[in-house]
Amino acid sequence: MADSGSEEIAVIGNTDLTPSESENNLKNTMVEKGTNLLKRMEINVAEAEKRTGKNAVNMQETYTVYLIETRPVDAASEGTNPVPDSLWRRYSEFELLRNYLLVAYPFVVVPPLPEKRAEFVWHKLTADNMDPDFVERRRVGLENFLLRVASHQVLSNDKIFYSFLTEENGWKETVFETGFQAKADSRLKALNATFRVKNPDKRFAEMKHYGDELQSVISQLLRVRARAADRLYGVYKVHGNYGRVFSEWSAIEKEMGDGLQSAGHHMDAYAASVDDILEEEEHYADQLKEYLFYADAVRAVCRKHELTQFELEMAAQDLTSKKQQREELATGTVRTFSLKGMTSKLFGQETPEQREAKLKMLETQIEEGEELVKERNTECDEYVKSAWVDIERFKEQKDHDLREALISYAIMQISMCKKGIQVWNNAKECFSKM
Amino acid sequence: MSAVPLLRGGGQLTDVRCLSEIKTPARSSEISSSSSGAMSLGTPRSLASSGQKNIQDIRHPLCAAEESASSRSADALIHPGSGAATGGGGGEKDLSLPNGTPVETSSPASSSSLLNRLQLDDDLDGETRDLFVTVDDPKKHVSTMETYITYRVCTKTTRTEFDLPEYSVRRRYQDFDWLRNKLEESQPTHLIPPLPEKFVMKGVVDRFSEEFVDTRRKALDKFLKRVADHPVLSFNEHFNAFLSAKDLNKRQGLALLTKMGESVKYVTGGYKLRGRPIEFAAMGDYLDMFTQKLGTIDRIAQRIIKEQSEFLLELREYGPVYSSWSSFEEELHDPLEGVSGCVSNCSSALDELTEDMSEEFLPVLKEYVLYIESMKTVLKKRDQVQAEYETKLEAVVFREDKKTPVPTDVEKCQDRVECFNADLKADWDRWQNNKRQDFRQLLTGMADKNIQYYEKCLAAWESLIPSLQDKQEARDETN
Repeated sequence: MADSGSEEIAVIGNTDLTPSESENNLKNTMVEKGTNLLKRMEINVAEAEKRTGKNAVNMQETYTVYLIETRPVDAASEGTNPVPDSLWRRYSEFELLRNYLLVAYPFVVVPPLPEKRAEFVWHKLTADNMDPDFVERRRVGLENFLLRVASHQVLSNDKIFYSFLTEENGWKETVFETGFQAKADSRLKALNATFRVKNPDKRFAEMKHYGDELQSVISQLLRVRARAADRLYGVYKVHGNYGRVFSEWSAIEKEMGDGLQSAGHHMDAYAASVDDILEEEEHYADQLKEYLFYADAVRAVCRKHELTQFELEMAAQDLTSKKQQREELATGTVRTFSLKGMTSKLFGQETPEQREAKLKMLETQIEEGEELVKERNTECDEYVKSAWVDIERFKEQKDHDLREALISYAIMQISMCKKGIQVWNNAKECFSKM
Repeated sequence: MSAVPLLRGGGQLTDVRCLSEIKTPARSSEISSSSSGAMSLGTPRSLASSGQKNIQDIRHPLCAAEESASSRSADALIHPGSGAATGGGGGEKDLSLPNGTPVETSSPASSSSLLNRLQLDDDLDGETRDLFVTVDDPKKHVSTMETYITYRVCTKTTRTEFDLPEYSVRRRYQDFDWLRNKLEESQPTHLIPPLPEKFVMKGVVDRFSEEFVDTRRKALDKFLKRVADHPVLSFNEHFNAFLSAKDLNKRQGLALLTKMGESVKYVTGGYKLRGRPIEFAAMGDYLDMFTQKLGTIDRIAQRIIKEQSEFLLELREYGPVYSSWSSFEEELHDPLEGVSGCVSNCSSALDELTEDMSEEFLPVLKEYVLYIESMKTVLKKRDQVQAEYETKLEAVVFREDKKTPVPTDVEKCQDRVECFNADLKADWDRWQNNKRQDFRQLLTGMADKNIQYYEKCLAAWESLIPSLQDKQEARDETN
């Protein structure tokens, strides 16, 4: 539920969604009903470019910008193929957009951005943010992010998101005008604070636990995979040495020479093939990484529930204590220890007028308190309702996406095996001619 | 097959025997003298079953004497038609320094031996081989003093040198080692195949593990087969004893050694070599370069095995992570378990590949390095023999005038050189052939193992795909 207030935030669309109605996919395959930006507009992040400029502290810096192209769907299908609208954005602007969405839609599992810095790298070289491979993978990741937001029932209708895609200048100011930053700070604070909730929704507690486990297991998987990739690289590359020694050896042989020489070429080819293999595997790693970060987003949603629940419980608790005070005042019995009670005992009781005033104040407070509890209760209920809907949506999306990722991983492995068989068969033929 | 120069001196069977070769007592009495001064031992005789005969047609050993008698007279009519330098019968010797193309006279005996030699080499195709040897069935023996392994050595043969057509004896590594030493001593002009390494560090390698024993067995089998295929070595009496004697009396050969005396040992003391014949220099160079390449290949192979082992370690950690992930997933449980199983299968396949390469590839490389080392030693010996001859010849030439005949001592040296060169050249060609076959087999085997590894992995992943896609279709249907 969007927070009410003076902020100008786009009106949310229909929040009563059934899980089956919203299913996100990795690329452009959409199965959508209802309003959805992606149905109307094609989005892609086409290019990346290096820029240099002065930053906030007036120092020269080099950064990368990404070209976002948009085009109305109808135009393309009509065959006219107009030139797409485009603008340039850098990574920090994407971050800003996402932070805004997190605050504006706390009940949504907001899609994550590709990683800020290269982690879980298998080869020390690719840890560089300026590395073209890294930039390329980031471009793909940013496009993926936009597509996911654009296909989300709720997020896709956001005006700030729309202007991110269409208005190059002044967008930043518009975002800041929403005043979301203040909320962002308090939200962060609240999410990080430790507090105990008495009656959290069990499902959210379980989901939070799931998020923890998912994050842990994917981290481990990525780490081991990176180490394995390093080793695999070594295995393939050392075979290249065979190429050289076979060539040298063939020089001192008569009949064996040709076979050896050509076999050596195949060994070189084998060694070279690992680069493509590992490049492809990075794509798989990126798919896992997306869900590593998604786990964090899930946890944030669960945490927000705890927060709203906590605030409800606080309000309820406050109300209860006020009611108790009223009772004590009215009946004159002191059930709980209070300083007032003590002082009144010591210094004598209050005058009836004073008591009357106090009672009246309490009544007002209780009335307000009841309103607050009612409000928070509604808030909590609505939050639970809409958040759970999105969590269900997320679960389906995750199951689908990860299954697809595993399938494509298996296909990758099959391709690698077939290449290996081919190379070694070629080499075998050469050996047999020795 | 390079041309074999006809040499003076008879040769038993198919090879020209040099003075140093030991004959069995029965045969040493048969000495045919060809032209003046030439000393040769042994009669040329054709193999009882060389070339034309089947095993069924083999006569009883007692017929052998008749056989050789008749063949000898027949052989005498044969004039050497092929081969390199041949001369007439008898006559003066050429006093030119040996430079690789010996010019000498030939005797009927040696010409027949040439033919026989050529015939036997054809036999190496295996179709008319008459001596089969295998090493198998390793067994552990535990005694109070020591524990050791013996291997069964089986022989099947139609040769008359053997009393029986079949033998089955038990031998241990020590016995093989003894045999090789004896062969080296008694046939110093020939290339003796190598044995697997003698010493193993007790802490590092388990001498009784299945892998070690099997690797050793294969190498011992190869060793005996190579000796059995050699036209000269296979007729060595020590080899015969090794294959047939119930109890190998390792002191057996000593008595004969002392009889032959000095002709056995090449007293090669610091003679300086003038010029190494080109072909032997080329052999030396080739061996040096080849050893180098083998060393490099060995290093590369070991490195690959190491990297593969480390990769395997990571895989063994990688697979189980999918399993633990599946434990808290519902829909994804089966796919994740499937991937875990796949990775596990690939790990096993990789384990097998690494093991195979360790056990079958590396030992052969090592063997060849050892082989080459012993070959280089033989080449050095040859150099020494030539050097001795040159020095002695010079001494004579400068001291006497040309009219006096050359002392027999120098002639003996010349003989030695020529025999050595001939033996070596023949063995070299044989070795090159074997080497080519061996390496073709070795490298093809390596390729095969890698192919098998990838095929196993391929099968595992391919079988996973339908199960990964299965639920997807089922789900889409219900939607």
